[in-house]
Amino acid sequence: MKRVYAREEVCAGCKLCEVYCATAHSEYPSSILKAFQRQETRPVARILVEVDQPLTFALQCRHCEEADCTQGCITGAMTKDPETGIVTNDESRCVGCWTCVLVCPYGAIKRDESGHKVASKCDLCSNNDTNPICVQKCPNNALIFAEISKGGD
Amino acid sequence: MPISMQLPDYLVDRDPNRCITCKVCVNQCANDVHHWDKDVDSVIAEEEKCVNCHRCVIYCPTHALKIRRNPTEYKENHYWNSSTIRGIDRQAEGGGVLLTGMGTDKPIPIYWDRLFLNASQVTNPSIDPLREPMEIRTYLGSKPDNVIIKDGKLIKELPPQLVLDAPIMFGALSFGAISLSAVKSLAKAATDCGVMWNTGEGGLHRDVYEYGKNCIVQVASGRFGVDAEYLNAGSAIEIKIGQGAKPGIGGHLPGEKVGEEVSKTRMIPVGSDAISPAPHHDIYSIEDLRQLIYALKEATRYTKPVSVKVSAVHNVAAIASGIVRAGADIVAIDGVRGGTGAAPLRTRDSVGIPAELALAAVDSRLRQEGIRNQASLVIAGGIRNSSDIVKAIALGADACYIGTAALITMGCRMCQTCYTGKCNWGICTQDPKLVKRLNPEIGAQRLTNLIHAWSHEIKELLGGMGINALESLRGNRLMLRGVGLSETEYRILGILPAGE
Amino acid sequence: MKYVVIGNSAAGIGTIEGIRQVDPEGSIMLISDEAYHTYSRPLISYYLAGKVKSEKMYYREANFYEKMNVTLRLGLKVEAILPEEKTISLSTGEKVEYEKLMLATGGKPIIPEMPGLQLKGVFSFLKWDDVKDIEANLKKDDKVVIIGAGLIGLKAAEAIAGLEAQVTVVELANRVLSAILDEEAAGIVQETIEDKGVEFHLNNTVKEIKGSNDKVSGVQLQDGTQLECDAVIIAIGVSPNKDLGSEAGLTVNRGIVVDDYLRTNYTDIYAAGDVSEGYDILYKQNRVLPILPNAYRQGSTAGRNMAGKDERYQGGFAMNAISFFGLPMITAGIIKPDSTEFTEMIESGVAKKNYRKIVTRGNKLVGFIALNKVDRAGILTGLMEKETDINPFKDKLLDKDFGYAHLPKEYRHEQLLGVTK
Repeated sequence: MKRVYAREEVCAGCKLCEVYCATAHSEYPSSILKAFQRQETRPVARILVEVDQPLTFALQCRHCEEADCTQGCITGAMTKDPETGIVTNDESRCVGCWTCVLVCPYGAIKRDESGHKVASKCDLCSNNDTNPICVQKCPNNALIFAEISKGGD
Repeated sequence: MPISMQLPDYLVDRDPNRCITCKVCVNQCANDVHHWDKDVDSVIAEEEKCVNCHRCVIYCPTHALKIRRNPTEYKENHYWNSSTIRGIDRQAEGGGVLLTGMGTDKPIPIYWDRLFLNASQVTNPSIDPLREPMEIRTYLGSKPDNVIIKDGKLIKELPPQLVLDAPIMFGALSFGAISLSAVKSLAKAATDCGVMWNTGEGGLHRDVYEYGKNCIVQVASGRFGVDAEYLNAGSAIEIKIGQGAKPGIGGHLPGEKVGEEVSKTRMIPVGSDAISPAPHHDIYSIEDLRQLIYALKEATRYTKPVSVKVSAVHNVAAIASGIVRAGADIVAIDGVRGGTGAAPLRTRDSVGIPAELALAAVDSRLRQEGIRNQASLVIAGGIRNSSDIVKAIALGADACYIGTAALITMGCRMCQTCYTGKCNWGICTQDPKLVKRLNPEIGAQRLTNLIHAWSHEIKELLGGMGINALESLRGNRLMLRGVGLSETEYRILGILPAGE
Repeated sequence: MKYVVIGNSAAGIGTIEGIRQVDPEGSIMLISDEAYHTYSRPLISYYLAGKVKSEKMYYREANFYEKMNVTLRLGLKVEAILPEEKTISLSTGEKVEYEKLMLATGGKPIIPEMPGLQLKGVFSFLKWDDVKDIEANLKKDDKVVIIGAGLIGLKAAEAIAGLEAQVTVVELANRVLSAILDEEAAGIVQETIEDKGVEFHLNNTVKEIKGSNDKVSGVQLQDGTQLECDAVIIAIGVSPNKDLGSEAGLTVNRGIVVDDYLRTNYTDIYAAGDVSEGYDILYKQNRVLPILPNAYRQGSTAGRNMAGKDERYQGGFAMNAISFFGLPMITAGIIKPDSTEFTEMIESGVAKKNYRKIVTRGNKLVGFIALNKVDRAGILTGLMEKETDINPFKDKLLDKDFGYAHLPKEYRHEQLLGVTK
């Protein structure tokens, strides 16, 4: 499946991907200003920029083939779509027990405690076709959305 | 500590209604202007550090930022103006030579803008470049006095030539002064566009050897990075005598910029200052220069043209004549507006002469002496756009170097603080966290777009004049008229006033 | 039947999903003594607290069994397994033949012998019916004694305290959550729970449940303390529900012993989840690991193996993510080592209820506790699972921003840029 891959050699560490991701998954997906100013709680990004200067790169759910989070989920809220391969969390069923945080080896699942506690994670903007918002908005083309076969990049 | 008399040059306007405290400005400013203050839950600015490079303005996702010039007025004084006073303040507090970057920002007359191109009307039809072929390919190198053709073939072999798909080359920008990302951008774009890039005196990094075919390798007074492999890696060699931004003085790359990669490429120890002497210590005469030119030709078995680059100074015409007679295949003249990564402010702003006048003088002199064919003439120092290039060619240039325009294309905002090594756009820096901000693919694409756009424009301008080959415009000063110049300037430029 | 699965929780469901990955056709029968569509056992405390409604209790969607083409036999028991005949007998008197059998019978509450267990008002806390029972009998302001301050006991305490009952927890160990926390972390957790009005009696246990009119009226503790109460919840722990297996002649230790392929000593009989005793990669021996992620993974691996694959189960280790009254904690592996071959690194900020502890053995991470700041703890779990050499970044492990940026480039690239597992 297509996944988002970071090119750390050109990541500027600006974290705009976080801003756009948070906005896209907020109550006001089309307006940064509204998302950050009108939503009662600050929108949570599902992508995380790791920083250990000069190294920076964005990291998000890898949508594993054998996903520890779906296997460990106590409610059955975390599932992998057999068609698209996208791992999503049904937030209405999630109780925020953080077992997925415990088992995700990438540390790619965040705690969203703005409403009822839920695990918050990349859903590839719910498609496996067009570029997710983080890829679209990266100002330095440091994120690519691609299918990479065995043997790396 | 005594109070500083220096006012911030700029003020940071942050619109609180638009700031979402995402801290992108904080993490992007290498000058540490923006700070997150958790006590007041907002981002604040230390404005005295701001150099107005626009990094934060362009990266702010909500357009909450504006940078303004500090509106505080100095007492009105045409002579002792604010920039003069600020310069004295800086030296009163720092006690050093005033450093700056890029080309001069002083209001030196811009001759390009006083020159106007001709166009065909009625008697000789103009040409539509979209319908008819236009030739802008350019060959740089010594041309023979005559050619012998037999059965449609050249009998006498031509000296080595550089082939350019457009009369544009990227000027000398050394790895060390600029980042490897910027070097890669230039190298790739030059290759994609069929033009040349120039190593400056920074040597040739291993990663860009593959772009050697489109590279002019420079030999400067420090001889950094020069060995036989280097000389043979490019398509031409350039001896740098001087540069427009700082005629008469050498270069100085501080040790902190000499990291692992720069060290390997320049062949000097990590952390050592890379000092290029003001003169070449083996060149004190035209004869000495001839020796170096032929040494380099020997080293490359006469397969590559050798260029000599000098600053445009008072007797540039005579110097150029000497260079040609010393055996150079290309003479490059760098005018007073030429840029640099670091130069003493007073040198940059006061030494040298404008490229336009130098070009006209050199071309005229070489023609008078009957040696114009022996070398190509490349002009540099402030070429801003395609019409500058067309005018330069009409004045006698074979091609132009662009440096500042190329830097702007890669993202440079002309903040003139290249010498600090904190270029927020990843161009003029060796700080790895800044270098990666310039994605060479994007840099190369932007440069390629620029060269393509200018090539189209050059063809349009040529077509308008009824000319279908750039060669027909070279030194064709009849295609130029001037406005508002003195008689002396008309004479030096070799053009007529508009209306005549 | 080609496949018979006994048990309808995580390991059983994992088994069915595992089988279906390999064999979309073969007949499957699922047997469970609970008459529910598969539901999540860890959610029972959320149900009792009113945080999860009935319709959200289910572990899989309503049409799960149809989709998986499973013959469902709920609300009845398996009386016996006859391995030689590859047959099981049910409480209805039926006999069912199997080709492959999965024992995913889970655990049962440990109930210590004591007077008063038969009284009305004594509950266990393992199944949905247990909490429905509690819900039906508990009134506001009732006094409730919970025996055991482990995961189950404290989850029960949290739920019941939320229902405005008065809760007292009695624990034999010197601290709460002794299986997953050390003293300092346990102290922080205990204080947090005490702030919500729950009382603790540590180093103590209930000796006798007292009653009047067949109903619980109080308890007497080991140290002589008498507590009045209206209900007693026994939450000492869970032991493997292994009798069916041992009676059938399966090798049984603390749980039903399985090999790396989740097979018992009868190759057609598999066991997974809380009833089984599988390989623990930290202790390097078989152990019962009664945690849901382990149960599911064992189940699905076993399922694939039952359907013909030959997949080794890499083993597991203890790990838990849980929170009490908004204080989250994630712990894994060996958290309170008792020998000098281990090294501990601790960072604690008691005022903010932050506590992080790293336990290493040689160049390997073998355990950690993360209290409150639990984000990205899974990276540590991953390092334990992969038995990664941590020496190059050992000093960064406690950093609050510890992440892939601190891991060696090769590892990072392999994990983030290579083919995802």
